[in-house]
Amino acid sequence: MSQTVRFYQTATFTVGNRLLDPARRTVQASAERANAITSGHRACQGCGEALGARYVLDAAMRATGGDLVAVNATGCLEVFTTPSPQTAWQLPWLHSLFGNAAAVATGVAAALRVQGKRTRVIAQGGDGGTTDIGFGCLSGMFERNDDVLYVCYDNEGYMNTGVQRSSATPPAARTATTPVIGPEGGNVFGTGKSLPLIAMAHRLPYVATATVADLHDLEAKVTRAMTVHGARYLHVLVPCPLGWGHPTDETIQMSRLAIECGVFPVFEAVNGEVERATPIRRRQPIEAYLRPQKRFAHLFAGDAVDPRVARLQALADDNIRRFGIGGPP
Amino acid sequence: MLKQLECSRAIAETIARCRPQVVCAYPITPQTHIVEALSELVRDGSLSPCEYINVESETSALSVALGASATGARAYTATASQGALHMAEVIYNVAGLGLPVVMTLGNRAVGAPINIWNDHSDAMALKDAGWIQLFARDAQESLDLHVLAFRLAEELSVPVMVCVDGFVLTHSVEPLDVPSQEAVDRFLPPYQPVQVLDPADPVSIGAMVGPEAFTEVRYLAHHKQLQVLTRLPELAAELAQLIGRPSGALLHPYRLDGAETIVVAMGSVTGAAGLAIGAVALCAFRPFPLAALAEALADARRVVVIERNLAPGLGGALASNVRMALRGRAIPVHTVIAGLGGRPVTRAALRPVFESAARDALDDLVFLDLDNAAIDRELARSGERRRSGPAAENLLRDARRPR
Repeated sequence: MSQTVRFYQTATFTVGNRLLDPARRTVQASAERANAITSGHRACQGCGEALGARYVLDAAMRATGGDLVAVNATGCLEVFTTPSPQTAWQLPWLHSLFGNAAAVATGVAAALRVQGKRTRVIAQGGDGGTTDIGFGCLSGMFERNDDVLYVCYDNEGYMNTGVQRSSATPPAARTATTPVIGPEGGNVFGTGKSLPLIAMAHRLPYVATATVADLHDLEAKVTRAMTVHGARYLHVLVPCPLGWGHPTDETIQMSRLAIECGVFPVFEAVNGEVERATPIRRRQPIEAYLRPQKRFAHLFAGDAVDPRVARLQALADDNIRRFGIGGPP
Repeated sequence: MLKQLECSRAIAETIARCRPQVVCAYPITPQTHIVEALSELVRDGSLSPCEYINVESETSALSVALGASATGARAYTATASQGALHMAEVIYNVAGLGLPVVMTLGNRAVGAPINIWNDHSDAMALKDAGWIQLFARDAQESLDLHVLAFRLAEELSVPVMVCVDGFVLTHSVEPLDVPSQEAVDRFLPPYQPVQVLDPADPVSIGAMVGPEAFTEVRYLAHHKQLQVLTRLPELAAELAQLIGRPSGALLHPYRLDGAETIVVAMGSVTGAAGLAIGAVALCAFRPFPLAALAEALADARRVVVIERNLAPGLGGALASNVRMALRGRAIPVHTVIAGLGGRPVTRAALRPVFESAARDALDDLVFLDLDNAAIDRELARSGERRRSGPAAENLLRDARRPR
């Protein structure tokens, strides 16, 4: 009887690649990883944010030799990690409010500086806490070039409060406040904002985007961000099975499809200019990304595909053109 | 040593002697001169080491102070009016986290209509946020209260708001004695927090607390406030020894012996009473000194509360608190709404109020110096139309018309 033996993949898609030489292995593959968010927290099954935050913080912990403080905005990440008296955080962690994480982090960084400490500071929040309610504080922190790495875990909506629209929710998506009622149900076109581009407009020393699909890339960006001082911004796409309506075991797959169809360009920018954008390896039509998600199900409910799918495709194509990330045809 | 100084400048110099390590600034009248002066003191090295941070909103100002305080730095900011309400969420949060931030509130009216002048609406809007609120009766006390504030805050792990009447005090220029560096250093030890954000000993601060413990957490906030009732007089006495003058108290009594009518007020208005009646100037509004006030009012036959705020639909926030101190006693407590939005509180206006109080002819609620004719005209106008909209412009037009 023959038996199929599968080796780990050796490409960047893999998570903990033990076939690589030790220097190139991920932080997650190392027994020495900090487990900055330890197990036992209350995140949903398949939560992209829990994964993203663990990747980011463990990489930052390695980059700083564990000399790190985290400030958290209110949101899923805060709620599922700290049901008092329990906490999942293995590093010093401070939560204040929904909209002020960037400013609190400024205060933490200032206090560390005045006390002569070299401890680094990360602030983190979801897309609601970053692109909406925390936007003013964040822009202030950016413009002052305070020594903080701000990480946005973008799941494209207010998932903690029950899946409402944020300014990061894509057009046509169903949320609890963009219901599928009428001919153009779901979120409207022509709205929303790109925080990475806005961050670049502040001429930050470092801005990057990443997803939980490419661990090597995400960790490398966190590591690089920690070599830089001043205000830095990292925007991580983190699919949410609850809000997006995809199976819980397809969170990584959804992240990958978001990259491959062009809706989420992955890039790094230095001093306000794109330095490197990751070319799409295996281009996918937008439909491949939309169909598995229940928030877009109304686009495929009729006899014919909703014309808005083509509009979403055009938006993705525009991203690909802007960032020059079109793969081989 | 007495020096001719603007109160705001003197507050800034006092703050500098308290050695805050992080000062955050966002401009709002009438506290701006304080943070302006502090920016000079940091730039010229008089206050060092200190991080002075210009932020983009009051929410950020207090949030930066919050983060700094949680990281073990002594933190200070100042605000007023709209700014205080803009940061209201953070004000509650700082108290809930037990962070000993000290903040000056340059008391100012809250719009609309927009008004930059003094009353206590801002402080009253935040009276139950969990901060200690101390009201300065004059410019000198406003300096000394800041020194007390840092000590109280850090001892009890409660933030302190030092309420200083906008313009009336903040912009007054008079001979003032900035507490000496030596006195402040002897009174105020370095900040030693019980827990800080330290990678060597990681703690999680700001966790979610459910119904199983929330009441207990809130009770402790109340308990801490009550400790101020004993601690404030003790510390004020200790500070008085060092600076050579009494400053700061739960309340300041004035000619209470044999007084049938006693006026209760807060802030600078008490400096102007000057009539042969008793007066109590409350310094501590939060915690509210129920016992001390009941004792001060023990022999009163009536109480007149001068309020620099209005609780629409009720009367005044201070009077309802004063009544609490008089529960069980059937004496009248009159509310006099006075000095809203910077209207001067004059002896000429107060005298008939006190005289009718003495005759037991004063209404429960009185608006001092109210232009009743203007009110009648506007009520008639709005009665005709029965439509919504602001009335301030009409009243202003009336006010400018020669009578």
